[in-house]
Amino acid sequence: MTDRAASAETPPTERRRGRWRRLNLGLGLGIVLTVIAVALVSFVWTPFDPERIDASKRLLGAGEQGHLLGTDQFGRDLLSGIMVGARTALFVGILAVGIAVAIGIPIGGFAAARRGWVEDVVMRASDVVYAFPPVLLAILLVAAVSPGTGSAMVAIGIAYVPIVARVTRGAALSVFQLDFVSAARSYGRGNAYIFVRHVLPNIASVLIVQMTILFALAILAEAALSFLGIGTQPPTPSWGRSLRDAQTFLQLSPRLAIWPGVAIAVTVLGFNLLGDGLRDALDPRLEVRRT
Amino acid sequence: MYVIRRVGVFAFSVFAASVLVFTVMSILPGDPAQVMLGTQATPEAVDALRTELGLDRPLPVQYLEWASGAVRGDLGTSPFSGQDITPQIIDRLQVTIPLAVMAMALTVLISFPLGVYAAARHRRFGDNVVSIVSQLGLAVPAFWAGLLLVTVFAVGYRWFPASGFPGWDVSVFQSLKSLFLPAVSLAIVQSAIITRYVRSAVLETLREDYIRTARSKGLTRSAALWRHGLRNAAIPVLTILGLQFAALTAGTVVIESVFVLPGLGKMLLDGITRRDLPLVQGGAFTIAVLILGLNLAVDLTYRLIDPRVSEQ
Repeated sequence: MTDRAASAETPPTERRRGRWRRLNLGLGLGIVLTVIAVALVSFVWTPFDPERIDASKRLLGAGEQGHLLGTDQFGRDLLSGIMVGARTALFVGILAVGIAVAIGIPIGGFAAARRGWVEDVVMRASDVVYAFPPVLLAILLVAAVSPGTGSAMVAIGIAYVPIVARVTRGAALSVFQLDFVSAARSYGRGNAYIFVRHVLPNIASVLIVQMTILFALAILAEAALSFLGIGTQPPTPSWGRSLRDAQTFLQLSPRLAIWPGVAIAVTVLGFNLLGDGLRDALDPRLEVRRT
Repeated sequence: MYVIRRVGVFAFSVFAASVLVFTVMSILPGDPAQVMLGTQATPEAVDALRTELGLDRPLPVQYLEWASGAVRGDLGTSPFSGQDITPQIIDRLQVTIPLAVMAMALTVLISFPLGVYAAARHRRFGDNVVSIVSQLGLAVPAFWAGLLLVTVFAVGYRWFPASGFPGWDVSVFQSLKSLFLPAVSLAIVQSAIITRYVRSAVLETLREDYIRTARSKGLTRSAALWRHGLRNAAIPVLTILGLQFAALTAGTVVIESVFVLPGLGKMLLDGITRRDLPLVQGGAFTIAVLILGLNLAVDLTYRLIDPRVSEQ
């Protein structure tokens, strides 16, 4: 049967579903690329100097004196601040997810390869960490060390290790049962080699989807920590931090509380859509189960 | 048998959580006594505080001391206020638990009808609208939702207080009122998550044989759903509700800070800024026990709703 015949037989709702899925992926990818572009552009150009304080320009409205989104309580340009804030958000996301993956994948792989009591211990331990909501765990870790972007990233990363370990183990378990793994064992390959060479490529799509979702969660977590005053510290710009400052001026200038929040929501939406889109695109089996 | 095993797992998890809370606070760099007193403190004062807190003894001894107190419901004394920590926590829970329960109730009120509606309109316009709305809800940070709600309903319309909590003994109505906006902020995000689960759980049950049987004996689609579908769909949803309660509890920490509510989260944060480690330890451990206890309750209720689980 040719492809065209197959698509002719696909019911209209199915085709609409396909478009819907591509829309997720396209929109998500578009938003994510835009955020990355904004962060990169902010290194070489912003409309105004984001850190420049000018008392004469305090709390300007949108569009006044060339400030597209207006200025904050110190006369700093809001748009420039949000552009630079994109760097912090992406930076935190990359490092937090990097840490979670660097620790979580080996742990999950190890548990799946060894089975038995090793697996039990690893999984029970991850259950306990799992009982702590990630943001709470991050708050504890930041509290124990010191506030700042660095400890926030490490804390968020560590809090997500059990999630990555669980997903890795779950996906790797079935791959370890397959014939090509037995074949590799039969000519003397060790667990580590088999995991990296044969198992990892087969579970990559699951992990990529998970990483995209975690990226969105990490951005939300950093925003929350910075909002609480224990994440990114001034003068490093952060969307969460801007919202913390805006809270003081809610009566005077509610506008300040809008744009940094929009930036967070749009970025998180982008990564979530990208994750959903990738899951549908990378794992056709999932679709069968869904329909 | 299952119940005993499940309670055993709970006990072990509580033990492990206590070790985790204790080690995170104790092993990380920096001398807590030094940190608490600041850089100005004399070495004698630091030593005195170390002895007072028992920090000069080996870690396992410190842990046993703390844990044996915790078992008896005594979480120690705050070196700052000099007050016992347990009564403070109980005090704070009177804000945090009603807030979390209210948020959960709102979540159920929003997400169940939306999820069932989306499933009933599967892949049609209504379903798509619900997906878009829940996708947006997932992206909104709860504390930002809180700020916006304050701007509109507290600063703008003055229907609700922007911050503070009068206390249950002062006025139950006013107390509920000041918890309303915080609960809505938390419920927005949670509803987005739960709606998706309700939708897929209902879709799952709609495909079951007994729904087809119900239809064949003349029930309409919605009657079959009401009579037979929802009870079955409730089971997986209940599990997720239990798990999400954990996320909600973490959310209260942030939201309490937006609305300046004297809850457990606010206590934790204040404890952190003052480096009051015993207070933070006690607060964090309480939250962990709450979450683990809730998961236990969910697992046990699960078997009451669905007798099939025990047979398996």
